[in-house]
Amino acid sequence: MGMNLTLKVWRQNGSSDEGRMVTYKVEDVSPDMSFLEMLDVLNERLILEGDDPVAFDHDCREGICGMCGMVINGVAHGEQRATTTCQLHMRHFEDGAEITIEPWRAAPFPVVKDLVVDRSAFDRIIQAGGFISVPAGSAPDAHSVPVKKDDADAAFDAATCIGCGACVAACPNGSASLFTAAKITHLGLLPQGQPERDSRAKAMVEQMDMEGFGGCTNTGECTAVCPKGIPLDTIARMNADYLKASK
Amino acid sequence: MSEQETHGYKVGEPIKDTKAPEGPIEGRWDKRRFSAKLVNPANKRKINVIVVGTGLAGGSAAATLGELGYKVKSFCYQDSPRRAHSIAAQGGINAAKNYRGDGDSIYRLFYDTVKGGDFRARESNVYRLAQVSVNIIDQAVAQGVPFAREYGGLLDTRSFGGAQVSRTFYARGQTGQQLLLGAYSALERQIAAGTVEMHTRHEMLDVVVSDGRARGVIVRDMVTGEIETHLADAVVLATGGYGNVFFLSTNAKGCNTTAIWRAHQRGAMFANPCYTQIHPTCIPVSGDYQSKLTLMSESLRNDGRVWVPLAKGDARKPADIPEDERDYYLERIYPAFGNLVPRDIASRAAKNVCDEGRGVGPGGLGVYLDFADAITRLGRDAVEKKYGNLFEMYERITGENPYEAPMRIYPAVHYTMGGLWVDYDLQSTIPGLFVIGEANFSDHGANRLGASALMQGLADGYFVLPTTIGDYLAGATAFDEVDEEAVTQAREAVQQKIDKLLSVNGTRTADSYHRELGKLMWDYCGMERTEESLRKALERIPELREEFWNNVKVPGDPEGLNQALERAGRVADFFDLAELMCIDALHRTESCGGHFRAESQDQDGEALRDDDNFAYVAAWEWGEDGPTLHKEVLDYEYVKMTQRSYK
Repeated sequence: MGMNLTLKVWRQNGSSDEGRMVTYKVEDVSPDMSFLEMLDVLNERLILEGDDPVAFDHDCREGICGMCGMVINGVAHGEQRATTTCQLHMRHFEDGAEITIEPWRAAPFPVVKDLVVDRSAFDRIIQAGGFISVPAGSAPDAHSVPVKKDDADAAFDAATCIGCGACVAACPNGSASLFTAAKITHLGLLPQGQPERDSRAKAMVEQMDMEGFGGCTNTGECTAVCPKGIPLDTIARMNADYLKASK
Repeated sequence: MSEQETHGYKVGEPIKDTKAPEGPIEGRWDKRRFSAKLVNPANKRKINVIVVGTGLAGGSAAATLGELGYKVKSFCYQDSPRRAHSIAAQGGINAAKNYRGDGDSIYRLFYDTVKGGDFRARESNVYRLAQVSVNIIDQAVAQGVPFAREYGGLLDTRSFGGAQVSRTFYARGQTGQQLLLGAYSALERQIAAGTVEMHTRHEMLDVVVSDGRARGVIVRDMVTGEIETHLADAVVLATGGYGNVFFLSTNAKGCNTTAIWRAHQRGAMFANPCYTQIHPTCIPVSGDYQSKLTLMSESLRNDGRVWVPLAKGDARKPADIPEDERDYYLERIYPAFGNLVPRDIASRAAKNVCDEGRGVGPGGLGVYLDFADAITRLGRDAVEKKYGNLFEMYERITGENPYEAPMRIYPAVHYTMGGLWVDYDLQSTIPGLFVIGEANFSDHGANRLGASALMQGLADGYFVLPTTIGDYLAGATAFDEVDEEAVTQAREAVQQKIDKLLSVNGTRTADSYHRELGKLMWDYCGMERTEESLRKALERIPELREEFWNNVKVPGDPEGLNQALERAGRVADFFDLAELMCIDALHRTESCGGHFRAESQDQDGEALRDDDNFAYVAAWEWGEDGPTLHKEVLDYEYVKMTQRSYK
């Protein structure tokens, strides 16, 4: 016998619609289902009943593409630590539970529909400088520059950011600092990233501000919800690089 | 009866010219690069190229074409070009760097790939892939891809299925992610530079063919629902594989065949559609709500040992089964390669032991992958460092701790070696339509080796296509204006299909049809195929398709975000593709690589090729009244065709 749940889901038909919470009952939910599979079951039913299914973003369903994301019971990606929404399983919920489901809420992430938001601001932050300028074919042999293992490992840890936007959704200021800092840290720790280190930090931080994201006040909510556990000290590194670049 | 009557297809002219240069194989790519016409830099700014898909192949191609100065438009169905399913590749990327000095070379990577592909790949293409592989690692490192390193600061490598050298570069269990983010960063750099115009949340629904050339695409803006026309001088499809025809696969939910299928219907031949790869190490199905399957990198087979109980129906906990009552069947049957045999062999072996009633877990559809020995030998910390994120992923999905009990794994559809036919230049049979990455058929033959998908995607995108497309585009300034009639006709076809899907208003969802089609394909055209099963599938698919078009229920309007409509359109194309896959599988009465015909096996139950009759690429031309087969004969000048043996 599966679980019976009450869902309160944010429904909003486009950015100009006001939006509202709508209650749905779902029955006989298996504890082995993923959260999104539970929503699939709801949507299949809504379609057959002639209702509009709940729109949500998702793709790989294995926690790496960064496409999915919803605020579940007030927490971005739900209460399970270091877990994307698609990797959250129903065994972590109690039978009879009431679950609220909302989209990321931040001014730079306008709602497209229901739980789908527009995160293109993140791409524009990367466009501002989240790269190393090396046209295809121009690279020297990979072993020409050794990289300290510790640096490579730390760079990797920062590079695991999946760009889901949970950090922004969790931040009381709607700041994109953790996202931006992760990329600045990743590239700034590698020898290949040094020539553009200053200009990168400056341009990316400025773009982040231009997009309307808030400032960082070291609340730490971002790293608490980050499915990849990007550490807060990346933000300190970003600030240091930005300060140095601005002198 | 003629072949057409028995199998539902016609036989057309063979394909004679693949455009691969002649001469010693080491010099062919150099030769082609030199013979390819160059485009005057001033003209490049006037030449438009459309790239559809932003995975490793599409992302790297769009970025590189932008760097070269072309005017590029890039399209993806996701909300950002950073999300395509290349991102989920875990294990690594092969390259013939020979940094280990363990006897690797370009020739050996070439040899392993041809052999691993069970002698159904083109030698010239594979040799080029091996040559270019070394440049990919250089490029990725320069971009800041944080590959695993050793304490001396040099790159670490590991060995992978189908190879006895250590040539796989990796970034913990997230190599695909790191390489894709590298390509994505290069792409974003070009977007910022204004050479690439990015269109996210756009789905390609048709190709515009004018005067015999691919000149543009029809796309649907998935946010507004608007149907748009984008014209160009060439179109590059980098839209990935079609494994989701099985509904359950390790592909992302959005992966689909629509772009290549529509191109096929417009004249691009589809090669070897039946070559599908079943990955041996996936997490087993847990229930009928299952929406996808999750792969555990096969790098796990480096240290994990695969086993099942010796006795049928042994329901004891794995820890309670003593060593002498376990069957480490891969080590037993294949002593030379053991747990590292190629994917198709490992998958079928798992199916065989489960068919014998020795499978473990729910429904007996699973085998153990055990790390107990590795933990004893290397220590838990070392195992955690190597595979930590994979173990976490496993625990998250199953609720079981793989440090304490062995993982349960089972094969799942993972990759499709088939795809649109391309010549040596990666050009399809529609001039101006290039196809790269998993979407084409070219380099893996009947079976892809582990860590070779990332290699091929990036080889195509960074190095091969940007050279070969130039040869075609050198003539672009003389192209005629695009025929307005061709555009109107393509747009109308797209619109009609959408209207039709929305108007049926039946009683079943598109997903429910997709599940049924997928189950049918898994049962009849999956890991093992027989004439009987394929004939059953060919009988059932048209019936189910007919029912779909008369009874599907797609809610909502053509305008605005309508995810149910997107899915229904993709399912419709999967039906047509499924039929061609079965026709191809039925016509190829031999077994080879990922295509296992039960009628063609040796006394040990291994795939038995029929080189006299099937050493060719099966390229299918679309037709209203059934497909036409064109054969491209495969010559092996360098690697002698032998029966694969991993014993």
